[in-house]
Amino acid sequence: MDDSQNLESVDVLTGAPPSRKFRVHLRYLRFLRTYPIFSVVILSTLVFAAVTASWIAPFPERYGQLRDRHAEPAIFGGEGGHLLGADSVGRDIYSRLLFGARVSLIIAVGTILIAGSFGTTLGLISGWYGGWIDEAIMRLVDAMNAIPVILVALVLAVAVGQSFWLLLGILSVGLWPGFARQVRAETLSLKERDYVDMAKVGGASTGRILYRHILPGLFSTVVVVSTNLVGTVILAEAGLSFLGVGVPPPTPSWGGMIADGRLYLTDAWWVSAFPGIAIGLTVTSLVFLGDWLRDHLDPRLRQLE
Amino acid sequence: MRNFLARRLMFSALSMIVASMAVFGLAHAKEDPINLFIQPGYFMAPETLAALKAKWGLDKPLVLQYLTWAGNMLRGDLGDSVQQSRPVTTIVGEKWGATAQLAIVAWIFGTITGIPLGILSALKRGSPTDYFARGFALFGQSLPAFWVGLVGIWIFAVYLGWLPVFGRGAGLPFFEQAKHYVLPVLVLGWGPMAGYMRITRSAMLEVLDSEYIKLARAKGVSERSVIWKHALRNAIIQPLTIATLLLAGFMDGAVLVEVIFAWPGVGRVAVEAVNSNDFMLITGTVFIFTALYLFMSLVADLLYTVVDPRIRYA
Repeated sequence: MDDSQNLESVDVLTGAPPSRKFRVHLRYLRFLRTYPIFSVVILSTLVFAAVTASWIAPFPERYGQLRDRHAEPAIFGGEGGHLLGADSVGRDIYSRLLFGARVSLIIAVGTILIAGSFGTTLGLISGWYGGWIDEAIMRLVDAMNAIPVILVALVLAVAVGQSFWLLLGILSVGLWPGFARQVRAETLSLKERDYVDMAKVGGASTGRILYRHILPGLFSTVVVVSTNLVGTVILAEAGLSFLGVGVPPPTPSWGGMIADGRLYLTDAWWVSAFPGIAIGLTVTSLVFLGDWLRDHLDPRLRQLE
Repeated sequence: MRNFLARRLMFSALSMIVASMAVFGLAHAKEDPINLFIQPGYFMAPETLAALKAKWGLDKPLVLQYLTWAGNMLRGDLGDSVQQSRPVTTIVGEKWGATAQLAIVAWIFGTITGIPLGILSALKRGSPTDYFARGFALFGQSLPAFWVGLVGIWIFAVYLGWLPVFGRGAGLPFFEQAKHYVLPVLVLGWGPMAGYMRITRSAMLEVLDSEYIKLARAKGVSERSVIWKHALRNAIIQPLTIATLLLAGFMDGAVLVEVIFAWPGVGRVAVEAVNSNDFMLITGTVFIFTALYLFMSLVADLLYTVVDPRIRYA
């Protein structure tokens, strides 16, 4: 949070500064907090894996050799050449992880684009016009928040059959209220600024004011909210795929891979373990990056967490 | 206060109507829900189809269907499960207790660990305790709960054999039954605990930095009194206001946790309803979850007015 400046603060109860040994650690921690190195390394690895999966994956991601069934991970001395082992139909975990990164990334970016543009537009309208328009949109946001996303996804998977687009749609429906709420709050404060009044006096149309004067001011808010929500999207996608209503198989997705290994925990822990670690690392780095962006772009949002 | 109450109640009712339309809309997402009754590869005689349509009221105009459905809903009739031919309310009623018990225990766990940890972390800011607490919270937020559950089963149930793998252990002696709660509660409560911890910490830090705390210290109030009376009272409002957000998390989380631990609750009913194409059961369950969420957020909003009188006049 805001500790980057005050890492050596004193203990409130005893008034004592942190021990010397810990101070040395703090110096590294401060370095890591000043620049989001951890996040950048993890996330660029993720993007690299997603983009180049077709070339760098050593095995096909959808087919396996049955003789490789539950092959042990090569990094723990297993044979068969599977770096992170193989699943119950002999598919290479490492290759599937790489392709799973692609799925996670596409879903995350797609959801953020859809939910972000929809939520930002509605939040902007809501904050700018106020009155009954604001009231109506905010009630819609409340009603949307009340709908349990996972259950709705289950219903729709039955009603229209599971698909990639359905998943994208459901996650977007679940996320746009988050954007709308934040953007509305920011718009409310931006529209009181002097330069907006000046633009009005200068005869600018409402559309021009919104597009040229308010929207650019919302940039940092949208970036911070997006970063925080990407983690939520990845976790939600994994949860839905785990329940079998996410990305349809055999396309590898991290959540689906965890589900695949669920029945073989005792024989082949690696099937479920590695995708879980991948999700954890990704979301952790997104949380770090989100905190960092918030501190550097939009200090007012700090109070939220 | 009365004004606030009236407005809030009206909004709840409105949200409920919007939500009910959404659930109804879901039921008609496909051109005709009647197709759900037909197993793939089978055909139904046109007469049977017409009879079924008449039975379920699907031959009437959509608006009329919605009004009938909503009217039944108001009278507490959610229709019959297609698969089990029993009222949805009966089925959900049977399973409700298990879900509520799990959610309440997990909520208590999250609250009594998350809030004190947040306070401790704020008081000892920059210390190893602080970093440990924040690291713990970070993992709670970023690891998928269902994966943590699986890892927990693998370590504590399969490898060490300390805890049972599934079910709620109904009918067992108290201690044995408690063992069944350990893993599901930890898995379900970790995320909310992390949320409580982060928010309590930042609220506490903000309050400790305020003028009236400095004044209290300056006039010689004991440190214990400053922290527990002056700071905590004001810092506690923020964690309370996220209670509704956490509730939503509990409901979505309950589905996953119940599936992993074979917990006989409503979440599992929903997943099984999906697997068996039981449409009435799944819409009914979603509607109940939604209604419950709206009701709880209403209760939470009313509670804030008790905790923080300023809200009443907003």
